[in-house]
Amino acid sequence: MLEELSNLLFNDYKDLHPYVPVFIFSLIALAFGFGSLIATYLIGPRDSYEEKLSPYECGIEPETDANHRFSIQFYVIAILFVIFDIEAAFLYPWAVVFDVIGIFGFIEMMLFILVLFVGFIYAWRKGALEWV
Amino acid sequence: MGIVQHQFSDNIVTAKLDHLINWSRYSSLWPMTFGLACCAIEMMASGAARYDFDRFGVIFRATPRQSDVLIVAGTLTYKMADVLRKVYDQMPEPRWVIAMGSCASSGGPFNTYSVVQGVEEIVPVDVFIPGCPPRPEALMHGVLKLQEKIKNEKFLRK
Repeated sequence: MLEELSNLLFNDYKDLHPYVPVFIFSLIALAFGFGSLIATYLIGPRDSYEEKLSPYECGIEPETDANHRFSIQFYVIAILFVIFDIEAAFLYPWAVVFDVIGIFGFIEMMLFILVLFVGFIYAWRKGALEWV
Repeated sequence: MGIVQHQFSDNIVTAKLDHLINWSRYSSLWPMTFGLACCAIEMMASGAARYDFDRFGVIFRATPRQSDVLIVAGTLTYKMADVLRKVYDQMPEPRWVIAMGSCASSGGPFNTYSVVQGVEEIVPVDVFIPGCPPRPEALMHGVLKLQEKIKNEKFLRK
């Protein structure tokens, strides 16, 4: 039994198996997470009343429900932002190693930008940028 | 009320556990800033680099949901009293209140129809800090006094 456990934890050179620290770390992480939850459940003072549960708006009574609808335009703008955000994220490393990858990298990146640009023109023509 | 709050008798285990709980509470007093007047300038100075409240574990929060102590810094008018009470209500327990400056403590020079004569009329106060406005050292002293108060609280013990 001990022999098996020893074989599991240590390799042939009697060193700790490289994944044992990960295992211990996971155990500590789990214990900390659940320990905190249990400790809060036990010692956390729980005293809820209407005022305490009311939404915080700098101490003022909330005028309207917080879950109101936003214009669909915001979502289109958000998606357009994500596209160009990713483009910028790709452009930076590309610019850093530009002198290494040369003309091939240049053409590749121009194709990538062209694909995004076609989508952008499409969204533009469809009126995604027309602010109501 | 917590499940184990004030359930145990005085003995070495519960006393030490209470010390542990109190230690964790007074070591990270996160204040909800309630800057109402010039005292708030001194409060900001206390949080900044020269006086450095962070070394006491005092980190200012902008929401009552994350705070333990409400620092009422300034003149409380009756119009603002509802807001103060609501913000206090929205703080989770355990919560403490520091009345900073003479206005918050007693109305100060403003003995008028519009000024609350001490925030104790609205919320229970743990520490009063005199001064008009109190210097950051005074606020620091007040926080240390509050820490002393928390050190002697009984949580698990009856």
